[in-house]
Amino acid sequence: MADMSPKKHPMLLLNPEDRAETFNEVALGYSETEALGEAARCLNCKNMPCVSGCPVNIRIPDFIQLIKDKNFEGAYQKIAEASSLPAVCGRVCPQERQCESKCVRGIKGEPVGIGRLERFVADYHNNHVEDNRQPAPANGHKVAVIGSGPSGLTCAGELSKMGYDVTIFEALHIAGGVLVYGIPEFRLPKKTVQKEIDGLLKMGVKIQTNTVIGKTFTIDELMHEDGFEAVFIGSGAGLPKFMNIPGENLRGVYSANEFLTRINLMKAYRADSTTPIMHPMQTIVVGGGNVAMDAARCARRLGSHVTVVYRRTRAELPARHEEVEHAMEEGIEFAFLTNPISINGNENNAVVSVTCQKMELSEPDASGRARPVPVEGSEFDISADAVIMALGTSPNPLIKSTTQGLETQKWGGIVADENGATSLPGVFAGGDAVTGAATVILAMGAGKTAAKAIDEYIRNK
Amino acid sequence: MRWTDMFEIKRKRILNPTVTLMDVYAPAVAAKAQPGQFIILRVDELGERIPLTVAGCDKDNGTVTIIFQIVGATTLHLNELNEGDCIHDFVGPLGRPTELDGLKKVCIVGGGVGCAIAWPIAKKLHEMGCEVHAIAGFRNKDLVILEDEFKEASDKLIIMTDDGSYGRQGVVTVPLKEAIENGENYDEVIAIGPLIMMKFVVATTKPYNIKTTVSMNPIMVDGTGMCGGCRLTVGGKTCFACVDGPDFDGFEVDFDEAMKRGAMYKDFEKHAYDEHCNLFKKEVE
Repeated sequence: MADMSPKKHPMLLLNPEDRAETFNEVALGYSETEALGEAARCLNCKNMPCVSGCPVNIRIPDFIQLIKDKNFEGAYQKIAEASSLPAVCGRVCPQERQCESKCVRGIKGEPVGIGRLERFVADYHNNHVEDNRQPAPANGHKVAVIGSGPSGLTCAGELSKMGYDVTIFEALHIAGGVLVYGIPEFRLPKKTVQKEIDGLLKMGVKIQTNTVIGKTFTIDELMHEDGFEAVFIGSGAGLPKFMNIPGENLRGVYSANEFLTRINLMKAYRADSTTPIMHPMQTIVVGGGNVAMDAARCARRLGSHVTVVYRRTRAELPARHEEVEHAMEEGIEFAFLTNPISINGNENNAVVSVTCQKMELSEPDASGRARPVPVEGSEFDISADAVIMALGTSPNPLIKSTTQGLETQKWGGIVADENGATSLPGVFAGGDAVTGAATVILAMGAGKTAAKAIDEYIRNK
Repeated sequence: MRWTDMFEIKRKRILNPTVTLMDVYAPAVAAKAQPGQFIILRVDELGERIPLTVAGCDKDNGTVTIIFQIVGATTLHLNELNEGDCIHDFVGPLGRPTELDGLKKVCIVGGGVGCAIAWPIAKKLHEMGCEVHAIAGFRNKDLVILEDEFKEASDKLIIMTDDGSYGRQGVVTVPLKEAIENGENYDEVIAIGPLIMMKFVVATTKPYNIKTTVSMNPIMVDGTGMCGGCRLTVGGKTCFACVDGPDFDGFEVDFDEAMKRGAMYKDFEKHAYDEHCNLFKKEVE
C-alpha cells in the first residue's frame, strides 16, 4: 500500500544563515530511510505518465520499485539505461516541469520527489560502487566531439559504449562545460561532475583540453587530416546578451557568464585563487532564469545584499522552483514587474545605481507568456555597486564562421534535424548550440540521439 | 599527434628588466597563428587565464613566441619559469589576424611592450613588399626592446624615449605628425601600445583621415566568446575583443571607456603582485 501523505519527504538543507558563508552544497540529499519513505509514495501507475515527462524517458516507476526493494544499485542501473549523468540531473533538472508535473500524486498534493530519488540512487552508486567501467571492444572508427558539456559528454559516452574511438575537444582548460563554468558548487559539486568525466576516461574516451575548434583546428581538418569519420558539435551557448541600455559598460557591470566563470571555473571565491572578483555591497541581478538565480546566490555568498529584477511576476520565473525558494531563504530580494532602463555611474565610471521602471502584464506574446509593458512615469532608482546581466546568450560564432557549408539559423543557432544531422554530411550537432539556452537534460538527450545517428551514419557509409 | 599537453619553454630571453621573451612549444598553435592573434595561458593549476599576443611562431619547431611585461602576479610568476619548465595551459590562436592584404605603405606605431605585437606585423608587411615605417616609443633607454628586429623589418625606424635617453625625446605622435605633414602617404597606420598612446595616435591621424587600426587588449577570462568580459564600445556598439577583435578601427573605439574598464581590478592586482613579491622575497631569504 502506498504512503498517501500529500507532501514530499523534505530533503535536509544547509541552514540558510550558514549558506551565506559557504559555497558548499545546499541540498544534502535523502538518507536511506527518507528515500524508502518517498519511494513508498509512488503508486506505480501502469501507464507511467511520469516517463512521458522525461526528455530521456527514464523508466521512473521501475527504478522507484527497485528502491522499494532496497536494490539501490539496481535502481541506478535502471536510470543509467536511459541517462548518462544521473547524479547531475538529479540535482539540476527542472523536475517540476518534467516528470513530476505528470505525476498523479501531484493532483492532490505534491508529486513524488522523483528528482530527489534519482539523486539518492546516483549518490548511493557513487559512494558504494567502484566504477569499473572498461573500454568496449574497439570497432575501429574515430569520432570527434566538440565541447565537453552535457551534450558532448553524453554523446561521447554513448559512442564509446558502442566501441568508437572518441576524442572530445574542449576549449577551456578543464572538461565539463557549463557544469563547471556555469553551475555553482553549492548546486552541483564539481567532484560529482569529475566522477562522470573520470568514468568516460575509463571507457577510453580521450579529452583534449585547451583546443578551440574553429581556431586551433577546423572541422574540415578533423575530418580530412585527422581521420575522424564524424563530428558532433556540442559547443554550447555563446556570447552573453545585454539590454542595450545606457551604462552597461560601467565598472561593476558583469554578464552572468563572466561573473559565474570567475567564481566557478576560476574559483575566484577562494582565497588561493589568482582570478579577481569584485565583492559588491549591493548587487542587482537582471533576469529570472536558473543562471540569474545562480549569479544572485553567488553574489550573496560573496557578502552582497542582492536584488533580482525581473520584468514579469513570480509565476513566470523560468528558473527551477527549488532554486527560487533557496534564493529567497538566503535573503535574496525580488523586484517583480520591474525592468532596468539605465545603469548610472559616478565620476570613476563605477556603478552607483540602476534606474528601473514598473511593468504590467498585458496580452501573451509569441512565447505564450504575458507580455510586460512599461507603466508610464513609474521610474525609480535602486542603489547598487554591481549589476549582473543574466539575459541569455547568443551562439558562439567561431564554428559557424570557420565551417563552410554549415547552415545556421538567422539568430546563429546551428540547423540540425531531429537526429542532430546538420547540413554537412558526417557533422552532427545538439544542445544549446542548436536550441539556444536550454537545460542540461535536453542537451543530454540531444547528445544521445546524435550518438545513435552517428552510429547509423558510419555503419551505412 | 599534432597536439600536446606539455607546453615547454624552449627559450627564454630577458629583453629588459621588465620584459621577457619566451618560445613555448605548442605545435598546433604555431601551425596556425598569424600576426595580431593572441593566446591564453595559465601558469599553474590555480592560475589566472591571461591573454598574450603572439609575437611570432616557428612552424618547423612548433614554437610560439610570447613577449610579456611583468605587471602583475601572474606575469611575475610566469617570469620565474625557465627553459625546460612547462606552462600549465596554453590555448590559441584566438582572435582575428590583423588584416594586411593589399597594403603598400604603412606606419607602425608601437609603445612599450606593444612593440612586441607590432614587430610581427611589421615583419609580415615587410615580407609582403610593403613599405614599412616604424615608430617605437619607450619610457627610457633601459626599456628599449627589439631594436634590431625592427630595423630589419622596416624601411625607416624612429625610436622615441620620454626622457630622451635614447633616440629622439618625446612621444610617438610627434614624428608621426611630421611624417604625415611631410607628405608620407600612408595607406594605414597601425598602433599598438598603451590605450592612452593609441588614443593620441588616433587623434593625430583623424584630421588627415588616414585609416588607423588599433589592437585592444582588455581584461578577458575565457577568450573564446563566452564570458563577455572583454566588451568595448566601437562605433556606439558593444563588441567583444576576443572574437570581433582584437583589432578595431581606431576612429570608432571609445578609448575613455576602455581605460576605465581596464582599471577595474587595479587594487586587486596590486595586492596580488605585492603578495607574490613578498612570497618570492621569503623564498629568496
